Amino acid sequence: MNKQVELKNKKVIASSHVQLGQKNRMNQTYTDVNDIFYNSELAPNFLTGSEVIREAIKRSSVGTSVAYPITPQSEAAALIGEIYAEGYLDEYFRGESEFAVMGQCAGAAFGGHRVFTTTAGPGTLRAMENFPMWAGSRLPIQVCVTCRGVNSPLSIQPDTLEMYYLLETGMLVWHAETAQDLFDFILKGFIVAEQPDVHIPIAVCCDGFFVTHTKDTVNMPPLDLTLPPYDPYKAPVPCMDMEVAPIRMMRDPFVMKSNYISYATHASWQQEIRAACERSRKHTIPLLDGLIDEENTDREILIVASGTAVSQSREAIRLLDEDGIKVGLVKIKTIRPFPSEEIKRVTKNAKHIIVPEFNVTGWLAREIKAIIPDNERVLVGPHVCGGMTLPSEVIVEQIKIHLGMETEKLRM
Amino acid sequence: MARMNIRISGLGGQGAVTAAHLLAMAANRDGKFSISNPFFGAEKRMAPAESYCRVGTERIYDRGELVFPDVIMVFHAQVITMQKSYTAPFYSGIKENGLVIINTPADLLNDDDRKTLGDLNVKVFNHDATKLALDIGKTELSTNMAMIGACAGVTKIVSLKSLEGALQERFGKKFVASGGTASLDEAIKKKYKKKNDLIKANMDCITESYSLASAWAEKQDDLQLVEV
Repeated sequence: MNKQVELKNKKVIASSHVQLGQKNRMNQTYTDVNDIFYNSELAPNFLTGSEVIREAIKRSSVGTSVAYPITPQSEAAALIGEIYAEGYLDEYFRGESEFAVMGQCAGAAFGGHRVFTTTAGPGTLRAMENFPMWAGSRLPIQVCVTCRGVNSPLSIQPDTLEMYYLLETGMLVWHAETAQDLFDFILKGFIVAEQPDVHIPIAVCCDGFFVTHTKDTVNMPPLDLTLPPYDPYKAPVPCMDMEVAPIRMMRDPFVMKSNYISYATHASWQQEIRAACERSRKHTIPLLDGLIDEENTDREILIVASGTAVSQSREAIRLLDEDGIKVGLVKIKTIRPFPSEEIKRVTKNAKHIIVPEFNVTGWLAREIKAIIPDNERVLVGPHVCGGMTLPSEVIVEQIKIHLGMETEKLRM
Repeated sequence: MARMNIRISGLGGQGAVTAAHLLAMAANRDGKFSISNPFFGAEKRMAPAESYCRVGTERIYDRGELVFPDVIMVFHAQVITMQKSYTAPFYSGIKENGLVIINTPADLLNDDDRKTLGDLNVKVFNHDATKLALDIGKTELSTNMAMIGACAGVTKIVSLKSLEGALQERFGKKFVASGGTASLDEAIKKKYKKKNDLIKANMDCITESYSLASAWAEKQDDLQLVEV
């Protein structure tokens, strides 16, 4: 890996530590992400979301994974331990708390490994300090957040409130609707997050239970294909640890000084992290086929949602269609960067914008209200919290009530 | 589009989660669309545990707790007698022309229950699944198999052939649904020295239940279950 670079050929340091087509120790072939998804035979599998995380990691050339056992929310961390035993990762160990895990992940990423971990609910909040630290240090770590309730009384059921806390950490935040999304987002997330002009951490979020514990059909590429490993030489900044110049965080601490340079450094760096997040669009759009999915957005009534709320809405749209009510759908795939322009465009002619959510605050509705004109068009809800399900029938009922139509009382 | 929503209410350790997974896997093998998912708190024996299986002729999007089921299976009397379910009463939300299968040797419903369900033309099948499991499977851990068989026998939602395939897939190889489920799988595998004996005994439970349930269904007047 520490290859001598000839001075006369001094241009971009080539990512020549592995070549596409080369095989790894598991006899998997390093393959371009586009070829993995678009030029390989995808086969259907009937799996739980947790198993899907394991299958994605098998094909992601992950160097290190640190686990804090968070079952019963998700078995993903334990399953990754099993594939480590089979030889898929270089390093795998258990941290003593979620906070420790995220710090250990930072260490592994500083060292040049591709790093993956998982967390959920209270664990995410316990680890919170590390997320802006990862972003500020430009560490392209991926954390899979299998959302669950964060408050007391405790709940292990899905609730997306924790995503709201992640929005301003400087990380990329993507929200998977299904196990298929989860598989795709994990592989594609590494590639986008590691681009030299992005190079920030990514949270791939999904709703616990509804995705992690649900058995669903997922199309997967063959196991003999894997992503090329992370190339630390493509990092846009030198490793910013305690000792390495020019930053030497503890030796030349901006935090200890109070002068123009320290303020300017902080201000520009925080803007740069957010700019890096915005720059991820150009890599994300071709890989995810846009930051949003749109269906019939010329209709007057639109549902705009992310995660499982999209699935529940798809079924609600079917039911409404039977009653002659035509509703369009916008699925938001990336919450950070937020698809502001896309949402402004698709909601231009909508009279009613319905935002169903699995959290008590309606944060997604708030995000949408902040960027569109005439935001009284937005119905904040229906939303459920604490792990309740959001039956499609309730979305139907709420839309009808919102439109001033008669509804039969739901017999629950 | 045709759709059958199955809600399974049981107690932790009875295999309610496994039952929904097997039904969904079998439906998938039959070429239908299916999704199954569980719902439980901390994994604990005898605590309420529910699971849901949706089967349809088109792709299914919705997931999570099934609030409006066509079929309800009750794996344990305490679901009714001690209100160990996530909804009260245990049949709340059941659709018209639905079906309730209860694992019990005795009738557990009161007059109010019978009237509510009768008005909705919901049929109730009292099926002594645990006894059948003990007789044929030689362990009460096969209760869930007897319940799956009964469900398939009345609803014909999955074929016996696909159930056998799903059983092979689930117990024939390493499978992890969760820490708790994995240790239960190991427990039942230990009960049988050979994997094949386990699968055969379970399949016998399913088949016997299937024929009992088919016979019961034929005797019902006005059984108008949704067909998928």
